[in-house]
Amino acid sequence: MTDGSTVLELRGITKQFPGVLANDRIDFDLRKGEVHALLGENGAGKSTLMNILYGLYQPDEGEILIGGRPVRIHSPREAIERGIGMVHQHFMLIPVMTVAENIVLASEPTKAGIVLDYAAARMRVEAIAAQFNFVIDPDARVESISVGQQQRVEILKALYRRADVLILDEPTAVLTPQEAEELFAILRSLVREGVSIIFISHKLNEVLQIADRITVLRRGRKIDTLPAAGATEEGLARLMVGREVLLRVDKAPATPGEALLEVEDLHVLDDRGLPAVRGVTFQVHAGEIVGIAGVDGNGQTELVEALTGLRPVEAGRFLIGGVDVTGAGTHRILDAGVGHIPEDRQRRGLVLEFTLAENLALHDFDKPPNARFGWLRPGRMVARARRILEEFDVRGGGPQTLAKALSGGNQQKVVVAREVSADPRLLVAAQPTRGLDVGAIEFVHRRLVEERDEGRAVLLVSLELDEIVSLADRILVMYEGEIVGEYAAGTSEQVLGIAMLGGTREEATAA
Amino acid sequence: MTDAPAAPPGPSPELGAESAAERLARWQRAGGIVAPVMTAVLAFLVGGLVVLATGSNPLRVYQGIWNGTGLEWFSQVGSYRVGLPFSDAEVWFPWDPGSRAAENLQQTLLLTATLVLTGLAVAFAFRCGLFNIGGQGQYFAGAYFSIWIGSSFAGMSSLPHILLALVVAGLAGAVWAGIAGVLKATVGAHEVITTIMLNWVAYFTGLYLFGQGGPLQNEEQVFSPTSNEVVESARLPVFWGDPLLQGLHVGFFLALAALVVFWIVISRTTLGYQVRAVGFNPEAARYGGISVARNYFLAMAISGVFAGLAGAIDMLGWRFSIGFSDIQSSTIGFVGIAVALLGRNTALGVGLAALVFGALVNGTATRNIPPDVFPIPEQAGNLSLTIQALVLLFIGADILILYLWARTGRLLGFGRRAAR
Repeated sequence: MTDGSTVLELRGITKQFPGVLANDRIDFDLRKGEVHALLGENGAGKSTLMNILYGLYQPDEGEILIGGRPVRIHSPREAIERGIGMVHQHFMLIPVMTVAENIVLASEPTKAGIVLDYAAARMRVEAIAAQFNFVIDPDARVESISVGQQQRVEILKALYRRADVLILDEPTAVLTPQEAEELFAILRSLVREGVSIIFISHKLNEVLQIADRITVLRRGRKIDTLPAAGATEEGLARLMVGREVLLRVDKAPATPGEALLEVEDLHVLDDRGLPAVRGVTFQVHAGEIVGIAGVDGNGQTELVEALTGLRPVEAGRFLIGGVDVTGAGTHRILDAGVGHIPEDRQRRGLVLEFTLAENLALHDFDKPPNARFGWLRPGRMVARARRILEEFDVRGGGPQTLAKALSGGNQQKVVVAREVSADPRLLVAAQPTRGLDVGAIEFVHRRLVEERDEGRAVLLVSLELDEIVSLADRILVMYEGEIVGEYAAGTSEQVLGIAMLGGTREEATAA
Repeated sequence: MTDAPAAPPGPSPELGAESAAERLARWQRAGGIVAPVMTAVLAFLVGGLVVLATGSNPLRVYQGIWNGTGLEWFSQVGSYRVGLPFSDAEVWFPWDPGSRAAENLQQTLLLTATLVLTGLAVAFAFRCGLFNIGGQGQYFAGAYFSIWIGSSFAGMSSLPHILLALVVAGLAGAVWAGIAGVLKATVGAHEVITTIMLNWVAYFTGLYLFGQGGPLQNEEQVFSPTSNEVVESARLPVFWGDPLLQGLHVGFFLALAALVVFWIVISRTTLGYQVRAVGFNPEAARYGGISVARNYFLAMAISGVFAGLAGAIDMLGWRFSIGFSDIQSSTIGFVGIAVALLGRNTALGVGLAALVFGALVNGTATRNIPPDVFPIPEQAGNLSLTIQALVLLFIGADILILYLWARTGRLLGFGRRAAR
């Protein structure tokens, strides 16, 4: 447990990138056996600071002290030698190897110096897992275990290399709420064993839940370090963003009108040709937000793709504004009045090498004012884009800026702006706030409620349960391709969580 | 818990982000010019080392090549009177249109014109995310049909005859490339594989058509198999130089026009928008309601038009017949790949890269290298191939070149200053 001694300290760290002061004289210290959260919006300088500590960057100014002595860390290898381990957002595991093989990789026990001594490796992994209360099968192949378990393998990898300082970069971003709970239990037991943890995040609730102390960064500067006890989400949000932020969505009760989306017994296959959506029936009315909750991979992606014409429908049908558009193709479905905020904005929502003006014209590049008789009208395209960018407060570039030069939050604003400004009757929003920070999330949420209030039908698909709970007027839970329950707005997350994992309605209601 | 301090002074991060974005854009634009130029310079430097290793003097070799390109013509300023092409009028002109350098320059530009078209054939498909290796086959298709039209219809008047031959050749190229486009769009067959196969089909079809006993073989020259001659009415007029000694024909202007058309289609039409969207991100294009399959087909077909026209202007402009051995030795469609890559698939870039390669190939032609520079004249042609290969190699190392450029800039203290 915390004994108050400082294990490492960063003093006056400054890092300049062309055009951006990523870290501006940041002080940071980590005590033995504590969880110290590093909180800030995207681009606040959290990752830069940790990459400096992990030896990936050299600071322009400032020093790193470990155990009170100044050190220079030139590479991750040196960081590991000094007992610093890092778990990145994207895991660095070899899928075809077993858990034990991955953990011992690069410092593996050998027979006669050349052959991997698998039995010894397995034993050591089991010993460490036991020491820190990990439940994991050392013989399982990494490709066959869940994301949460893969993350545990990454943590074990660091512990195997005798890390006593663990840096976790947004560790819950890839986890379900249940998996996140399990991760927190593991972190608590690590702390009991004397490991010190730096926890990078922009999610306020989990920071309050797990951290002992919280350091808030904003625009490359340290704003404050404060104990988690006594801190509030509202207070932290204000420190992060620099202004008051509305965390809870303010909305009036829905006044649903006619059904704009009617889905009838829809069946859809996934990429491997297996049933992903199995007989789904529901409606979305004008003026309401219907939320679809579920653990990733239960058919939500395929459902959205089918409804937007990107994936063929196997059986059943769906109607938009009373017109059957099953199998009509993306172009006609969009023309029928559908806006689609896609799950993955970088892969699908934007052409990153296009300018913002070109991206905003993605659905109507061939219609006035963007074009006439097959000829583009760049002047008008840019003028229209400038209006939209202003209305939606997109920052970081103008109509001629390439989309890839924008931050994730502003990229998402561009997508939202395009889909909403086309004045759709039905707005399909899939993971609309994934990877966004507090300020941008507030914007997207407010916008979705505004669209609802203007009489559009909104279908919200999200893995973030609190997003569904705070936005949706009706909640549908998807499990293994079926809708297993419909819940009213304001249903507790516990009830929904059980339904999401396939629990019965009775179990869910009992909880 | 403390209150939030006031926002730090200085530029807001949004402003900072904007200028960072602008820097990135400027960097890329600069890289867009710097990288190809450095690629070419490096290729010539390494080529010079190769020459040095063979025991010749690289400076003298490059001097010889330069003289062979005819580009020195532009430095030979004087006062001359020239007759305007296709008329009797004479005007003052600063360069001598009849010098030895002028003759060399005509040959360089003759090659440049064809390379512009075969380069565009690769570049257009590339903008749609397709790698068209089939320029050579599409060039053959255009060449065969222009020979066939050009050697038939002897009674036709000139302009319709030429236009007919050009249109049919362009269509032939479009169909030949379109086959690969259809296969890509419908069953997903990779265009690199299919276009290479189509190259061979075109190659052997030509050997059959114009070879010994072939249906289109010239009946008067039985022992060295070749096609019939393009008749006078289908030959492209020569506007500079001697029509009997491969003067520069009007196909040169066709190539320049093709560059303009390429630019307009790509950046000013809805078709170009779709092609670019599919090329950058087919997933996003599909999401936006653009038919990826349709654009794959169209991009290939349009690429084929460029390559087909390349074949036509060669046949109607200066070759006038295609022989068995011409088919066997033709590589101009493949050089188009290097032109497009060095030119970064833009209109201006392809134009300049075609000039570089046209000059290089013509400058290293055996007749242009003085015998005392290379004891064995064929070495010059091999040097040309070496430099072309080096260019391709270094284009792959684009990132490396930009990195080296940035590093040297930083070493000289520019990077620091730019960062402030």
